[in-house]
Amino acid sequence: MTALITAPPRTPLARLRWALADGWTVTRRDLTHWRNQPLQLVAGLLFSVMVLLMFGFLFGGAMFVPGGGDYREFLVPGVLALTMVFGVETTFTAISTDAARGVTDRFRSLPMAPSAVVLGRCTADLLSAVLTLAALVLAGLAMGWQWHNGVAGAFAAFALLLFLRLAMLWLGIYLGLVLRSPEAVMALQILVWPLGFLSSAFVAPATMPGWLAAVAEWNPLSATATAIRELFGNPGWGGQSWPSEHPVLLAVLWPLALTAVFCPLAIRGYRELSR
Amino acid sequence: MSSVEPAVVAENLRKRYGETVALDGFDLTVAPGAVHGLLGPNGAGKTTAVRVLATLLRPDSGRASVAGFDVVAHAEQARYRLGLVGQHAAVDEMLSGRQNLELFGRLYHLRPSAARARAGELLERFRLADTGSKPVKQYSGGMRRRLDLAAGLILSPYVLFLDEPTTGLDPRARNEVWAAVRELTAAGTTVVLTTQYLEEADQLAGRISVIDHGRVIAEGAPEELKRRIGADRIDVVLHRDADLPTAAALLADIAGAQPESDPDRRLVSAPVRDRMAALSRLVPALSSAGITAEDVALRRPTLDEVFLHLTGDQQEVVA
Ligand SMILES: Nc1ncnc2c1ncn2[C@@H]1O[C@H](COP(=O)(O)OP(=O)(O)OP(=O)(O)O)[C@@H](O)[C@H]1O
Ligand SMILES: [Mg+2]
Repeated sequence: MTALITAPPRTPLARLRWALADGWTVTRRDLTHWRNQPLQLVAGLLFSVMVLLMFGFLFGGAMFVPGGGDYREFLVPGVLALTMVFGVETTFTAISTDAARGVTDRFRSLPMAPSAVVLGRCTADLLSAVLTLAALVLAGLAMGWQWHNGVAGAFAAFALLLFLRLAMLWLGIYLGLVLRSPEAVMALQILVWPLGFLSSAFVAPATMPGWLAAVAEWNPLSATATAIRELFGNPGWGGQSWPSEHPVLLAVLWPLALTAVFCPLAIRGYRELSR
Repeated sequence: MSSVEPAVVAENLRKRYGETVALDGFDLTVAPGAVHGLLGPNGAGKTTAVRVLATLLRPDSGRASVAGFDVVAHAEQARYRLGLVGQHAAVDEMLSGRQNLELFGRLYHLRPSAARARAGELLERFRLADTGSKPVKQYSGGMRRRLDLAAGLILSPYVLFLDEPTTGLDPRARNEVWAAVRELTAAGTTVVLTTQYLEEADQLAGRISVIDHGRVIAEGAPEELKRRIGADRIDVVLHRDADLPTAAALLADIAGAQPESDPDRRLVSAPVRDRMAALSRLVPALSSAGITAEDVALRRPTLDEVFLHLTGDQQEVVA
């Protein structure tokens, strides 16, 4: 019988190591999910690539970029930003499934670092975002998309994309803990999809009627899409408004604001579990 | 028991959910190495009590400790000493049984090799070795339950909480759970288990707390309680309605208590102290009175009957 009872670590450094180790254990659980069900992972990647191909080849012929330029060059950054926002569904499903199945409670009854669940979720979701981005970049390159401002610009663009994904993590955790039902992802999709289209991801907001155009311009997804178009040196839609003139600033501010609101709410969500 | 520190203590725990009072002054003391049963109907507050004791839920007031560690102030230390098997299986559906146990083992800070070895042992012990590498999604309810139980035993905890561990299990799996609980207590683990079955509490527990409306309404060894409850019961199902009064009179004489009659089912039923003596007197008495019985059965009182006796409220019994 293993009756080995360990005591929690005492020094701050030992506690940090312990928290990182637990976080990695929780991350590895997701990696094991992928290994157990590679098809699910591949299907997710294919879906993003399909959206890109569909708009690039099916609708692309009918689209034009206001400032001139190739629609596919305009489209790829849009879809990159779009998939970061849609990542909220991945986080939501993982968090609400654990909460509904009692796995969250099991974790809470274990002597593990309380931060490990969030750290593990965060690492796994960012890894999955990186995989999605990689798949889209490859597909984009095959479609003729390129970055024109060198590696530094491209890096800054990917950093902004992952920053947006990180902001979506907090929203996903918060909603997952509040709703605690993986089936509610349907409802989430109904909310997220229009937000995806009501942006500059696929078309220039200038083509939309007045107030819709304003919503699309201020949409966090548009901020990141417009910012990374600039950083990649891809054609933008060239609006005259404040958000279209300060896209990089807005692509930093929006995720910061979302994090500032939903990170505390997510942490409170965990606290509420013991109420 | 006075000099030894109790393994589990709950003092005057209160917890409400909005209007619902889930715990209303719940008290519990469990001696180290004991098996303590929490017996109560749906909604009595069993799960709430277990969740407070397992550090998952903060009580509104009152205090509780596990292995001497306060479950609120020293939750982390308490967690190293407790295992929890909740009312619903809490395992990762997308992982195999083995992967689940290794994951939880790692989160108990076992080394990878130790976590692997422990997972193997537990799968073996709960007859899951063959299916250990299948995803849990493909498990039956009983298999899931056994895996869940295995996950609660990874560290051979000092105190193990089992919330309705055998609900939904087939008799064989139930016996295995009982055997596992007995083995654990033989090795020194203290067990607190909730159940709706007097039979189960009777089989496993050295002491039983009967819970109703968030508080303990009776506590004692099973024998003590059964004495208060009126022990076992004898049920007689008659062939003819007309025999009901005669049979009731005979049974009253033998049992020394007023039997209950249920004309719809042609049933008379009475509590008996000495099971076998009552049976061997009743059968000849019935036949010499010319009464044909379709069935004569000895059984443990149901939870309803336990409550009937403990609360003394005749209206509450459900036929
Ligand atoms: N999360 C919750 N929110 C609101 N009410 C709750 C919650 N959990 C429990 N309750 C209520 O508290 C009371 C006690 O519930 P509890 O789950 O502890 O009972 P139980 O004895 O475990 O019942 P069962 O045998 O059905 O499992 C019930 O009235 C229940 O409706
Ligand atoms: Mg319960």
